[in-house]
Amino acid sequence: MREPLFHIVRRNSSSRMRGWAVRGIAILAAVLLSGLLTFLVTGLNPLEVYSKMIQGNFGSTRRIWVLLQNTAILLIIALALTPAFKMRFWNTGAEGQVLIGGFGAALMMRFVGASLPNALLIPLELLAAIAAGALWGFIPAFFKAKWKTNETLFTLMMNYVAIQIVSWFCTLFAVPKGSGQLGILNQSTEAGWLPTLFGQKYMMNVIIVVAVLIFVFIYLRFSKHGYEISVVGESEKTARYVGINVKSVIIRTMLLSGALCGVAGFLLVCGTDHSITPNTVGGEGFTGIMVSWLAKFNPFVMVFTSALIIFMKNGAAQIATSFHLNESFGDILTGIIIFFIIGCEFFINYRVVFRKKAAKETDAPVKESTLREKASIASEAVNDKPAAEAEEDKKPLSEEEKKEVKA
Amino acid sequence: MKKFFAFMLACLMVLSLAACQNGGKESEKPDDTKKVKVGFIFLHDENSTYDKNFMDAAKAACEELKVDYILKTNVDESDACYQAAADLVDQGCNIVFADSFGHESYMIQAAKDFKDVEFCHATGTRAHTENLKNYHNAFATIYEGRFLAGVAAGLKLKEMIDAGKITADQAKTGYVGAYTYAEVVSGYTSYYLGMKYIVPEVTMEVQFTGSWYDEAKEKEAAEKLISDGVVLMSQHADSMGAPTACENAGIPDVSYNGSTASACPNTFIVSSKINWAPYFKYIVGCVQEGKAIDTDWCGTLANEAVQLTEVNEKAAAAGTAAKIAEVKALLEAGKLHVFDTATFTKDGAKLDSYMADVDSDDAYTPDTEVIKDGYFHESEFRSAPYFDIQIDGITLLNVAF
Repeated sequence: MREPLFHIVRRNSSSRMRGWAVRGIAILAAVLLSGLLTFLVTGLNPLEVYSKMIQGNFGSTRRIWVLLQNTAILLIIALALTPAFKMRFWNTGAEGQVLIGGFGAALMMRFVGASLPNALLIPLELLAAIAAGALWGFIPAFFKAKWKTNETLFTLMMNYVAIQIVSWFCTLFAVPKGSGQLGILNQSTEAGWLPTLFGQKYMMNVIIVVAVLIFVFIYLRFSKHGYEISVVGESEKTARYVGINVKSVIIRTMLLSGALCGVAGFLLVCGTDHSITPNTVGGEGFTGIMVSWLAKFNPFVMVFTSALIIFMKNGAAQIATSFHLNESFGDILTGIIIFFIIGCEFFINYRVVFRKKAAKETDAPVKESTLREKASIASEAVNDKPAAEAEEDKKPLSEEEKKEVKA
Repeated sequence: MKKFFAFMLACLMVLSLAACQNGGKESEKPDDTKKVKVGFIFLHDENSTYDKNFMDAAKAACEELKVDYILKTNVDESDACYQAAADLVDQGCNIVFADSFGHESYMIQAAKDFKDVEFCHATGTRAHTENLKNYHNAFATIYEGRFLAGVAAGLKLKEMIDAGKITADQAKTGYVGAYTYAEVVSGYTSYYLGMKYIVPEVTMEVQFTGSWYDEAKEKEAAEKLISDGVVLMSQHADSMGAPTACENAGIPDVSYNGSTASACPNTFIVSSKINWAPYFKYIVGCVQEGKAIDTDWCGTLANEAVQLTEVNEKAAAAGTAAKIAEVKALLEAGKLHVFDTATFTKDGAKLDSYMADVDSDDAYTPDTEVIKDGYFHESEFRSAPYFDIQIDGITLLNVAF
């Protein structure tokens, strides 16, 4: 009998240190590969590539603020998603929830902007954003709770509804008419814009996101709601058994998730762009999913995962411009980096076992244990088949068996 | 907590690794006011005929004048534009240029925030009302180029009529436009009047796409027009969508922004375009010499900002190049005006007066009388077009955008 060249085994124990080591190696490998790729494309010193990466993030005070601002926005979206994820509600609709929240704020800015002082207008924008975001979270949650619809698809579709609504709005209220663009709203009066603090445009955004970070941490860790969320996430049946109203928890949590996305939209429209386009969220609603998962739903670890992703992104963009490459090259680099970051999770949870040459004679006990592991994997994959039989099915034919078949 | 430290350590390692290589090898050159560095912001990249036209001119001008430059492509008409402009300033640019209409408010914002950098914006309308010393608009009398391209199209129609392929009242042409605002309206009207100058019976149908660059939509719009029975086509949208559809259907096409002859050898007639190199040289010169840049710069046929590409003899009617040269001379001499009110009507009547919205505002208040001496004075009160009259003979198939 011959084993295949290698097979994949789920790790029994998960050492944290090893996990982070694997992640570190993955990031390093991603950085090396980006350097290599840039070198192959441009023929430039790959070391320069890394210095550009640093420059793109820390090259000036403004760039450091951009790093903070982008991290803050990505972080708040990840934070908004986390309560839903902990509940095992796969909310893939952050993109739309943030956008529709921003749309609520933009409506206020556009139509009430001239008639209210900022002290009233800004809270009104925030309320509108929260209400719109919460509504976008509520609809799929309600359908899920009531009729068990698939939340992944539902929230995903809601993204496109939001994008089309904003698109229509931009066409309708374009300035000048027919140009399809809103441009900066209230540019001369700055009505409804978040104030600059200490001369920094993005200070207010960062402060609000830090507040949300602390709130989400406390809410999930110490509140009764947070506890209910994790019980529902672990097992709906258990939750029902201990008397938790699962439906109301689902709806309540998605209202919160949507509302926090709404706050993110508010920060984008009122604190950053002062305008809205169908692309205002720019995919961060999806990147936020990754940030939340990579951090294993720990709000404070998300600070680092979001900062890391933004660091890589801004660095990649700088590489593209510095070396006169198309901006798409930056996207390619970002793609490579994100691929490595996600891909390494595989090696944290699984390991690859290669065929051992002399396994038959010398390492009988080892072989036995790997076989047992294999059997358990196989039985996981094919539940109703006996483990050994499943194992037989998967194995490629040995040389002798092949001969037999031919004969 | 352990997780934290491990992760931070990993990050730190990556950072320090990179930081080690940052040994001041490629540091920014010291700021020298006389040294010019130009940053360019483009809505799309080389795949768009519109942006390619700007990019070619930018590279040519900067290389000729031996000044540093940075190109940023695929910059959205959103806060991304402001970020790109600010980033170019960070990289030491003392002139920042953006090429798309929707970039304008973000460029103005950047001009407000970075007072010692010159911001120049093509196709914009607000420089003359914003009162910012460092913000400037630029455009060209492209309606004259469009008119000449229309003349070439008219000659092609005339050839078809003379050959008996169509009758004069079957001279229906098509046009793929992006949006319904003045720049596009002025473009297709001047082109139409150029055709009409040769074939008075010509009519035109316009289909809008609601996007500056959407190859699929533009192709679809062109195909719709072709199935409507148009015999000739032109476009003001930036992809190869419409020219490709024409080549596939064998419909002659008048292009914009540059020659599409290589992709459409059998149908491409001629293309009008704005040559931006004179403007780029002008702004670099101004900054080098410490002179102020015009608030509204308008290129003309005379300073070679408005150009026509080579005529494709294979598709064009005989004698096209000679006729274009003849009409061009008339335009330059002021003997012929593109928007001569004797040549078109609105709702069946000749226009004697028209108040245009030259000073852009949200309410589109008409503020300036633009018809004088028997013609519409385009691009005189500001560089960007403001001709937005729907004249007779042109049918808009959709006006959603």
